[in-house]
Amino acid sequence: MDYDFYLSTMWSVLKALPLTLEIWFFGIAFGLVIATGLTWLRASGYKSGEYFTRAYVFVFRGSPLLVQLYLIYFGLSQFDFVRHSPILWPILRDPMYCTIVAMALNTAAYESEIFRGALKAVPVGQIEAAKAFGMSAFTRFRIVTLPIALRLALPAYSTEIILMTKATALASVVTIMEMMGTAQKIQHDTFRPIEVLTCAGVIYLLLNLSIARLFAWVEYLLSPHLRPAPDQSQRIKPVPEVL
Amino acid sequence: MKSSRWMALAALALTCSTPAMAKDWKTVTVAMEGSYAPWNQTDASGKIVGFEVDILNDVCGRAKLECNIVAQDWDGVIPGLTAGKFDIVMDGMSITEERLKTIDFSIPYASSPVAFLADKNGPLAQLSNSGKMIDLSKDDAESKAALDTLRKELTGKNVGLQVSTTEATFADKYLKDVANVHEYKTTDEHDLDLMAGRLDVAFADTTYFLGTLAKPDAKDLEFVGPQFKGGPILGPGIGAAFRKTDKDLQDIYNKALKAALDDGSVSKYSMQWFKIDITK
Repeated sequence: MDYDFYLSTMWSVLKALPLTLEIWFFGIAFGLVIATGLTWLRASGYKSGEYFTRAYVFVFRGSPLLVQLYLIYFGLSQFDFVRHSPILWPILRDPMYCTIVAMALNTAAYESEIFRGALKAVPVGQIEAAKAFGMSAFTRFRIVTLPIALRLALPAYSTEIILMTKATALASVVTIMEMMGTAQKIQHDTFRPIEVLTCAGVIYLLLNLSIARLFAWVEYLLSPHLRPAPDQSQRIKPVPEVL
Repeated sequence: MKSSRWMALAALALTCSTPAMAKDWKTVTVAMEGSYAPWNQTDASGKIVGFEVDILNDVCGRAKLECNIVAQDWDGVIPGLTAGKFDIVMDGMSITEERLKTIDFSIPYASSPVAFLADKNGPLAQLSNSGKMIDLSKDDAESKAALDTLRKELTGKNVGLQVSTTEATFADKYLKDVANVHEYKTTDEHDLDLMAGRLDVAFADTTYFLGTLAKPDAKDLEFVGPQFKGGPILGPGIGAAFRKTDKDLQDIYNKALKAALDDGSVSKYSMQWFKIDITK
């Protein structure tokens, strides 16, 4: 084993970690905003909103992210009106923005489905109880539906976030030298794919492990009612009989 | 009795496990990218055709080998070769010192300098030393001056090239600290970005760019600045790649290739695909 090579590769790939995290963070942040809008449209009850959301999910969930990224980066730049647009071109010219746009649009489709499922899974009994209690629709949503739905959505959402971490590796096809791009470059220069890809794989594993643990912790915080109650028998002392 | 049977089995296993030692080359698998026109490209029916396919068929005919072509993306050709997925790579690959550490090459069958392509009407159309051929193997005052001028003129510009090429090594050495170098998976992609205006200049092989310029979309592009060849980075030319352990196959190939070069067959293919003779 060539430890020096492993160490230097690790270090080179780690130097690209901030770039990977940047794509990841902005991709999921904008994705969450779009997904919230889509979920609201879908749940709004308007037929047109529902059809739009269905079409959106069909397109962005049904095609590979790589294809979407290619079409946004190489495809749109073929049109003169895009290249001459003072608003679109500054965004679409930049490979970083293109990647973030592609990631956000893609993850929004999945997330809107996760959120829709979570909203539907809120027990009817709880909503009826809130109605019986005389809560307005907004209060009902704020303190009953939303907290329950968020907790229900969390496991699937964390999976989607982990998928997005791995999806950042696609950014190298549009010349962004994030971790995977850097690893591939080292691999080309040294012709040692096994060592280099092992290093990259280990870093992605550790990154995803941290993300998974973080979500597990949030899930723990949000579900105290699902944990067994603390054992009471030890605390309550039997009343002494001397009385 | 029993032990001798085991010995025989072990001996059989040994002979089977070391085919490379006594490999009788009848069929070989050759990898090409299939998207590096006109060296090798995929036609409408999905077949790989091109300059290198014609050379290969000629060489295999002369050497009485049965050659099967497989498509392999550029970034996997060397790992695939060393891993034994195929026996030869022909993909416009320059013979360089860096690559010779890992693999071996045939004698060169072509030499193609590297060049820059830019927008006719753009700011880089006026790059100095236009059309001049700089031989880096001479390492003289002229080549140093040309490199200095190039560095100055490309400062802050966006330069596109294919990852893991001699151009990439060249840019690492001479341009990376002054220009924004963008590395693409394929040459087609940097052409697209040059046309889209994301790049100021694309950097690749002259023969490849001749193909680009033949496309209708490329009417606004032209060669700018000097062309470079030779030296430790760009190497003596383009050859077929072999595993270091396959000296026997390399010898067979070289003998047939030399015959094809000597009787002018390769020049003929070159004229056919490039309209110029690039074997010189």
